[in-house]
Amino acid sequence: MKTLKDVSIGESALVRKLNSVGPNRRRLLDMGLTKGVKVTVRKLAPLGDPIEITLRGYELSLRKSDAELIEVE
Amino acid sequence: MVETLRIALVGNPNCGKTTLFNNLTGSNQYVGNWPGVTVERKDGELKGHEHVVIQDLPGIYSLSPYSLEEVVTRDYLVNEKPHAIINIVDGTHIERNLYLTTQLLELNLPMVVAINMMDLVCKNGDRLNLELLGERLGCPVVPISALTGEGSDGLASLTMEQASRHQIDERPHIFTGSVEHAIAHIEESIQEKVDEQHLRWFAVKIFERDEKVLKDLGLEEELIGHLEKHIQDCEKELDDDADGIITNQRYASIEKILAEAVERNSSKEGLTTSDKIDMVVTSRVFALPIFAIVIWLMYYLSVTTVGTWLTDWVNNGVFGEGWFWYGKGAQYAADVAEYSQAEVICQPIDYAEFVQALEKSPADPMAWQMTEDVAQYLHFDSPASVTEEAFSHFLADHNWVGLAYFPSKVESEKNEPAGVQGVSGEQLREKRRLLERGAPDPERYSGWIPGIPVVTRRLLKKGKAGEAVQSMVMHGIIGGVGTVLGFVPQILLVFFFLAFLEDCGYMSRVAFIMDRIFRRFGLSGKSFIPMIVGTGCGVPAIMAARTIENLKDRRMTIMLATFIPCGAKMEVVAMITLAFFPGSFWVAPSMYFIGVLIIILAGISLKKTKTFAGDPAPFVMELPTYHLPTLRNLLWHTWDRGKDFCVKAGTVIFLACLLLWFLQAFSWSFHFVGDMVDDSMLASIGNLFAWIFSPLGFGDWKGAVAVISAEFAKEQATGTLGVLAHAEEASTITVVQNMFQEFNSAHPGLAALSFMTMNLFAPPCVIAIITAFKELGSAKWGWLTVLMQACVGYCISLIVYQLGAFFFDGGMLGAGTIVAFVLIAIVLFLVFRPGYSGKPMEHRI
Repeated sequence: MKTLKDVSIGESALVRKLNSVGPNRRRLLDMGLTKGVKVTVRKLAPLGDPIEITLRGYELSLRKSDAELIEVE
Repeated sequence: MVETLRIALVGNPNCGKTTLFNNLTGSNQYVGNWPGVTVERKDGELKGHEHVVIQDLPGIYSLSPYSLEEVVTRDYLVNEKPHAIINIVDGTHIERNLYLTTQLLELNLPMVVAINMMDLVCKNGDRLNLELLGERLGCPVVPISALTGEGSDGLASLTMEQASRHQIDERPHIFTGSVEHAIAHIEESIQEKVDEQHLRWFAVKIFERDEKVLKDLGLEEELIGHLEKHIQDCEKELDDDADGIITNQRYASIEKILAEAVERNSSKEGLTTSDKIDMVVTSRVFALPIFAIVIWLMYYLSVTTVGTWLTDWVNNGVFGEGWFWYGKGAQYAADVAEYSQAEVICQPIDYAEFVQALEKSPADPMAWQMTEDVAQYLHFDSPASVTEEAFSHFLADHNWVGLAYFPSKVESEKNEPAGVQGVSGEQLREKRRLLERGAPDPERYSGWIPGIPVVTRRLLKKGKAGEAVQSMVMHGIIGGVGTVLGFVPQILLVFFFLAFLEDCGYMSRVAFIMDRIFRRFGLSGKSFIPMIVGTGCGVPAIMAARTIENLKDRRMTIMLATFIPCGAKMEVVAMITLAFFPGSFWVAPSMYFIGVLIIILAGISLKKTKTFAGDPAPFVMELPTYHLPTLRNLLWHTWDRGKDFCVKAGTVIFLACLLLWFLQAFSWSFHFVGDMVDDSMLASIGNLFAWIFSPLGFGDWKGAVAVISAEFAKEQATGTLGVLAHAEEASTITVVQNMFQEFNSAHPGLAALSFMTMNLFAPPCVIAIITAFKELGSAKWGWLTVLMQACVGYCISLIVYQLGAFFFDGGMLGAGTIVAFVLIAIVLFLVFRPGYSGKPMEHRI
């Protein structure tokens, strides 16, 4: 099962499923991480975490621990 | 009376909402808090319309029930029902912005969508069909540019027109068949229970199983079970959770609308300017150096250079003796320099020094000349035969004979031998005449503005005010106001830089860069900035925590930021170092080190408590496009926050200063004690608490009073000791040395060290405490913070003193030593115990 954390920098993927729960899940949904949306991993923060992704025409940063809960294909 | 028309301004963060608000309202704004919560609320009268109020709601992405800002917004919209909504949408990020729009539309309130940054959209070569967009959304859409103010007037009049219409156009249903079907069912069954206008909004929320709505409505179990069946059918059909279904379909409908209404410029793919900036600013190699430079620059300008100049000007000029207009005062400065040189040169010598000169005389021509002169004048054959009595006669007539004869001494004392060595007798007489005229009086020079205390003292003298009144006005009122205003320049500068960092988009990058480090001890990446500002002053540091959106992170930052020694505390450090550890390099750095250590340990321990437990807030953060902020916006932000400090904290701080003056100036029988602080109420309060400080090595009322009065201004800690010693002549250093010798003859140095750590790590000064109370937004949290800080300061001092004594006494174990070891064990337990692992406490909303 591939997650957003496994997507290498510069690559894109389609979101399949959100495994996060509670406020985290809702926040990710609200920010547009819905099923089928295309996200591109832009870069890693200088200290290795969080990551920066592009989706729906804007930049979003999220922690690897959150990215791990987002299934992609 | 005409009813006031209320128009709510709603939009995403970073969409230009504040700028639009300022365009619409001009300067007629009033700030308040939403009842019961710390979210700020701004109202403003629409320019040129007396009965129209624009309400600036918090910047939000959604109307979910999980963040304070979102709940405040939706409660306001549902319960208070504004007459109309202006939904401001960032045209460059239109897809995500319209997500909120789809939720707002369900509220069925009159609404206008204002597309901001249309100029940028056009520049990118994209074409937006606004008419079509409005048709699809079901509400009017207008283009604006908040930056230039274009379109604001049209937007205002259109919104007012919408508000006055009684019928709202039918808004399109955006969900798919089965979902709409379920929602229709829900609508039907709750029709009687909710406001008809918001029926659809409630129905969608119930479909999403919104905890807060379900709780507020208190539907019967049976009904919920019935509705649940419909919801589950949809979930099964679409293979997703209800809230996922709703979100998905909202975005799907937006995508569909935009596919029709937007014509993207296909040729312009690739990197934008903002992307290019980010390639450097958040790159692996340059991110940290750039960050360090930005922080250094901000610190350098707002704390060390410009900030200090301005603070000194306020403290020593406006609230001191006085100051010169810009460009004036050069003559005065030159005269002062000449006068002090004359003072050095003409400083009279005594017989002992004459004898010293005699000893040096053959080798030292100046000394020889002086002794010869003296002998000749007194009609002695040789200088060696001059008696002490004769010398004192000579001094009476000729005390201008001074250090000029001792160039070596001048060199060591004043380090400016040039021009002194060759001073002739005539020149010396001239210097002497200069001294007789007295020190130059700045008031005689043009451009001098006397300070407020000077003017007030004169007025009081003229009015023949009593001693107590004079003291109250001078120390209580002017001293209090001066203390508050002394903070203003630094605060304004810090706010200016913070506004810049926030507005241009760098603040989010700071969080992005620092998150990894800070989240380990329960703080946000943005906590770094308050800590850095805290090295200058704790008050702007606490206020800088406002940039942290998450409540827990903000709270913890406010609680911990003042452990970093501020500028005033460094004065205490300097004094104690000079008195007990002269020339040692380790004292000041180790104080910063202890401060950082406390923050880390306290952060880790707090994170393991129930209140702060749980995952750090979702760090799902937009990295907004960089843009150059306008000066108008920056100044507005700076002023907006600075005004807050002056008005809110100012009044309380002023009262606190007045209270301290009162305690210090009066005895319990309300006799004015003046400088005899020993008889004051403060002294007896100190006596009451003296025993508390015994385990720290300075259990004396004077030590206690110094700690208490330092709560009003940390730099007073050592000064108070001077006042209490009534030693006007002796230098503070000697006073401090003697005082600690008196407190603790065994380990005066250790006692001084623990006195210092107590002052540094106990609660910050009262001004910072009051600011923390205001920013924490609750008295409970305020007191908890003060209690925690008091415990930390006390424990650190106890450990420092007791362990120090233990090692110096060659390992003699006393009760105090055991307590110190127990405290260390407790700290280790708090840091290393398994954290609270139950359900994290939700923010009470």
